[in-house]
Amino acid sequence: MNGLTFDIAHMLAGSLVVASFLQLYQDRLSALINVFAVHAMVLALSVAWQAYIQDAPHLYITAVIALAFKAIIIPVALRRIVVRLGIHREIENVVGVGLAMLFGIGLVALSMVVMLRVTAEADPLAREDLAFALSVVLLGLLLMVTRRNAVSQVIGFMSLENGLVLAAAGAKGMPLVVEISVAFSVLIAFIVIGIFLFRIRERFDTVDIQAMDRFRGERR
Amino acid sequence: MMFDPLNGVLLIPALAACLLAVLPGYRLTARLNMLAAFLTFATAVSLFVVEPAPGLYLLVDDLNKVFIVLTTFVAFSTSVFSASYIDHEIEIGRLKLSYVRFYHAMYQVLMFAMNLALVANNIGLMWVAIEIATLTTVLMVGIYRTHEALEAAWKYFILGSVGIALALFGTILIYMAARPAIGEGLNAMVWTVLIMHAPKFDPALLNVAFVFLLLGYGTKVGLAPLHAWLPDAHAEGPTPISAVLSGLLLNVALYALLRFKMILALNPIALAPGPLMVTMGVVSCVFAAFMLYRRRDIKRMFAYSSIEHMGIIVFAFGMGGPLANFAGLLHMTMHSLTKSAIFFAVGHIAQVKGTQKIADMGGLTVTHPVLGWGLVLGVVAIAGLPPLGIFMSEFLVISSTFSRAPWLVMILVFGILVALGGLFMQLNRIAFGEPRGPAEPAQASYVPMFTHLAIVLIAGIYMPPSLVAGFQTVAKLLG
Repeated sequence: MNGLTFDIAHMLAGSLVVASFLQLYQDRLSALINVFAVHAMVLALSVAWQAYIQDAPHLYITAVIALAFKAIIIPVALRRIVVRLGIHREIENVVGVGLAMLFGIGLVALSMVVMLRVTAEADPLAREDLAFALSVVLLGLLLMVTRRNAVSQVIGFMSLENGLVLAAAGAKGMPLVVEISVAFSVLIAFIVIGIFLFRIRERFDTVDIQAMDRFRGERR
Repeated sequence: MMFDPLNGVLLIPALAACLLAVLPGYRLTARLNMLAAFLTFATAVSLFVVEPAPGLYLLVDDLNKVFIVLTTFVAFSTSVFSASYIDHEIEIGRLKLSYVRFYHAMYQVLMFAMNLALVANNIGLMWVAIEIATLTTVLMVGIYRTHEALEAAWKYFILGSVGIALALFGTILIYMAARPAIGEGLNAMVWTVLIMHAPKFDPALLNVAFVFLLLGYGTKVGLAPLHAWLPDAHAEGPTPISAVLSGLLLNVALYALLRFKMILALNPIALAPGPLMVTMGVVSCVFAAFMLYRRRDIKRMFAYSSIEHMGIIVFAFGMGGPLANFAGLLHMTMHSLTKSAIFFAVGHIAQVKGTQKIADMGGLTVTHPVLGWGLVLGVVAIAGLPPLGIFMSEFLVISSTFSRAPWLVMILVFGILVALGGLFMQLNRIAFGEPRGPAEPAQASYVPMFTHLAIVLIAGIYMPPSLVAGFQTVAKLLG
């Protein structure tokens, strides 16, 4: 393993974690969408780099899908939805920014400790990649639980999926089936979500998940 | 080309889904839905006669044959129930005609996805199939477009997606663990290859992978504390979907978990998967049993009862050994049949009463004797009273594990007894006492319900030796 190729891979995967942190403290929706676009772009670069160093051309497809679909199409569509619903200025945070960042740091530390210890015998690149990927997954989860707005939960879910793609790309020689399926599932997920958002708007006049809690059957 | 039953169980639902998506008119499509489900069931049964060799993507062995036949059978009887249920929903205008076409197409897509998950020999493919199944059920849960239905669908979607995302991470880790032993490429995701090389895998990676898989697929099984989506999804969707969710989809997720447990069990250094599953099983059982008491919604109550029974099943499989596995398998079968029968009854009850609130229904055995006594029989079965099948399987679960973990089993028995109390208290309000709510005659199809209950009754009294032998083979396979 050449020192420089390793360093670049390492840097790109690390940037993805940083982008995840950037998402955590965005309190305006349009800003959050922008950061998600950056997140997806970093992912595309990272996957493309993996394709280059692993000499695995099929990974380029995954990279292109990530770039075109997640970095361009989805952010544009989301921005339109947000503007149409008139919530692009909305500010929402369930727990404070500081607390969320602290939690995030804790999760990254946790995933480093777990993954690096467990994969002591694997090759160093896959190791680091996996540890970063788990951090991104956990940060995505954190974003989902700290937000009330349906759009930001969706973004949390998609950045979680970005972490999965990073892990799949880092696992050397992983069959094509999975990459395509991941990209594909994101597509379906987005369609589903799109439908939901519009339906939710129709019924609730808000995309705030808390408004939905009132309609629960059990507790009143 | 000769007709291959393995492809049949996938192709029939796939073709039927395409056909149903374009055909208008609900009476015809409901019949076609039934026909397709029946053909799939017949094809699944023929798997016992011709067993195709495992390929890189698909596989049939003794373990998944049991699951496939059970799935296709319950899917068929549910389609019969669904025809009369949907008929009524259209009559009262709760469901628009355009949605019905969508509903039938989705029903077949769901069948396709579940069968694919069961026959997949590739752990990546299995994951994809479970994801498709989740997405279709999300769409179906939200089909009524009410506030509650949308909230339930959203919650199910978010929690289910997080669950399957974690499961995918686990799947990737399994690949990483297998790669040094098997080599790069497709083979390291093929289950039959994985199981051959399992002893040589990296144990530390396997451990972490299993934790992710347990959390991921465990969410889909509905194990406490990951069960939050389950009661909402059961209560707000159309009742046939509640029956399919409880009776089938939970089993499919459990099946995925069992496959990975087998890999882990073969590795001598990796952690034993049993204790984790046992703990979650006991917690689910006891927790859900207490939740039965305060439910106001009839479908929600039976959803909690499903969590309780999945807890018992996971407990049995977690304990392991031929006897406990046999008991778990039997309990799973009995639970699928009984719970779907109960949902068939509940669906019609909610229709005649015009509500799902337990407080607004009462004296069912007086106003609707057939439905009422059907429900009573179903609840007696699910509560685990003799001579029905669930008594038998619960007894086996307890007796086969008692000597190994007496304290845990005592907690489990406590949970079962608490659940029995809760179920009967609620049943008393629904089925007996002063009649409440409308008393119009029900236009129901009783055949699917009583067929299921009859099978459960017969299984409690007499099990054919060939069936017992078949289950024993599978139980040994599970280790």
